[in-house]
Amino acid sequence: MSVLVYTESDNGTFKKGALEVASYAKALANQMNTTVTAVAFNASDVSELGKYGVDKVLNVAHSEGFDANVYADIVKQATEKEGAQVVVLSSSADSKYIAPMLAVNLNAGFASNVVAIPESIAPFTVKRTAFTNKAFNHTEITTDVKIVGVSSNAFGLVEHPASATKEDFSPAITTSNVTVQSVDKATDKVTIADADVVVSGGRGLKGPENWGLVEELADVLGAATACSKPVSDLGWRPHGEHVGQTGKPVASNLYIAIGISGAIQHLAGVNASKVKVVINTDPEAPFFKSADYGIVGDAFEVVPQLIEKLKAFKAQNA
Amino acid sequence: MKILVCISHVPDTTSKINFTEGDTKFDTNGVQYVINPNDEFGLTRAMWFKEKQGASVDVVNVGGRETEATLRKALAIGADTAIRVNTEATDGFAVAKQLANVVANGGYDLVIAGRESIDYNGGMVPGMLASLSGANFVNTCIGLEIYGTQATATREIDGGKETVTTSLPLVIGGQKGLVEESDLRIPNMRGIMMARKKPLSVVEAVDANATTAAVKFEKPAAKGAVKLVSPDNIDELVNLLHNEAKVI
Ligand SMILES: Cc1cc2nc3c(=O)[nH]c(=O)nc-3n(C[C@H](O)[C@H](O)[C@H](O)COP(=O)(O)OP(=O)(O)OC[C@H]3O[C@@H](n4cnc5c(N)ncnc54)[C@H](O)[C@@H]3O)c2cc1C
Ligand SMILES: Nc1ncnc2c1ncn2[C@@H]1O[C@H](COP(=O)(O)O)[C@@H](O)[C@H]1O
Repeated sequence: MSVLVYTESDNGTFKKGALEVASYAKALANQMNTTVTAVAFNASDVSELGKYGVDKVLNVAHSEGFDANVYADIVKQATEKEGAQVVVLSSSADSKYIAPMLAVNLNAGFASNVVAIPESIAPFTVKRTAFTNKAFNHTEITTDVKIVGVSSNAFGLVEHPASATKEDFSPAITTSNVTVQSVDKATDKVTIADADVVVSGGRGLKGPENWGLVEELADVLGAATACSKPVSDLGWRPHGEHVGQTGKPVASNLYIAIGISGAIQHLAGVNASKVKVVINTDPEAPFFKSADYGIVGDAFEVVPQLIEKLKAFKAQNA
Repeated sequence: MKILVCISHVPDTTSKINFTEGDTKFDTNGVQYVINPNDEFGLTRAMWFKEKQGASVDVVNVGGRETEATLRKALAIGADTAIRVNTEATDGFAVAKQLANVVANGGYDLVIAGRESIDYNGGMVPGMLASLSGANFVNTCIGLEIYGTQATATREIDGGKETVTTSLPLVIGGQKGLVEESDLRIPNMRGIMMARKKPLSVVEAVDANATTAAVKFEKPAAKGAVKLVSPDNIDELVNLLHNEAKVI
């Protein structure tokens, strides 16, 4: 009757999101008086998972690469093997791909974008974001088996002085009809989903030729880069960087908005970030109402200085 | 090729979000409804398949009578017929079961849904529908080509994208990229006139148990006032981010 958690890895290293859902699963297991079992693929070293509260890791050796259908089927088999009542997943693109299919496989209710451990176990009620961060919604999952998708950066990482045992798991492997032909992914860049800090630029930056500023600031902070919708619509930046209600959600620790007015659709998607800094020439820009810190000033003067100051700060604190 | 586009009827993106009845119900007072933006991209891509490849395009919504104006808008954009499954959409799983029944009865080759609805942000209906129908599924789909019964799709992944091949029947969870913003169509007068005459059938719901229930809503706590830092004193910002906010 354990809590089962699906932990994603990339070339054998567990993703930050995996450690966060492990932390969440541990808190939930404590609440339910049970243990945490993780399902992992091609893991060699599972000690990281142990550190974040996982008791047992079911490791699947699978050389074929990610396939949502196949993975959903394997997680189902692991859930049944463990007799798990709750399955926890992250909000990564792959986990959001798997979760609805898993829900059908297990005939389980699924709550996505969950931001806290359940308010109660019976009834099983969780708090989730709705209306793109304009509200929270307390949702009860009424089925026997429950699936929880945890919002990125909502729970955080919580360490435990424990270790995980590793067990080989050889489920029946199905085939699927969706075949990956090619992957196009920047491996040296922090993704918006994983980033602690996001630096975002708007139309106030005037043109794509000025994005060096955004990139340099992001570099200094180890941040991901993002942009407002018109910036991607104009082709100044790739669509993958568009954040907001109709783009990617951002829930970073620090969000820096440069030359972004703060339209309601933009704010909705980034409001879940913990600390927001706004740099804008217009003191009336609506973004100042939702920001923690603001500078009324010209990005082309402020940002280069900020980069210099941060470099100096880093050199001092290195 | 028979295409079904799933249309979620959602509050316009500028809507103020409020709740009534002791915070248990969304307050629809003064709210304008629109086609869910992700579905609008999907519908526009479906129009391309209709015009270039001779596909037929139906649209469907699971919901009460109030959603018919949104379905009419989809007809005005160019869909051939509309279907409304007459039941309240309260739970994603239940909605997916209603849609699976429509898909089974209609024999669709391609079902285009959105990555998520901007109201409840479930992000679950397309994947559930695919599994219930035994169809292939591509989520966060930003590009789709169909050749006979074969499909090539591009999927957004964290930090990039990947290209997959698959076959019909297929369900996608689509978003911007399927078409560009500038490809979206505003219904013209002729489209609106024609939409009035196009068939909109109301079908009764099948039995489908809900698996979740929205118990209560809550709005985020109001934000404190912004702390302004002078552009001549950037050191102060670095100091605040380090010592006060503790984010660097
Ligand atoms: C259905 C729908 C969905 C939408 N979804 C999204 C979404 O998901 N995400 C999104 O971002 N938008 C979305 N929008 C668009 C949104 O309404 C705004 O139009 C958009 O966010 C504005 O982008 P911006 O702030 O970059 O540009 P603008 O509104 O043009 O703002 C530019 C800002 O830069 C400032 N500025 C100018 N020069 C400088 C300078 N030198 N230094 C510093 N500041 C300067 C200006 O004062 C201004 O505040 C959506 C709109 C609709 C209708
Ligand atoms: N009530 C509904 N009727 C028709 N389609 C829906 C409905 N709800 C959701 N969908 C489709 O499923 C997608 C994802 O919705 P959701 O899982 O609710 O976030 C939407 O973009 C629609 O394409």
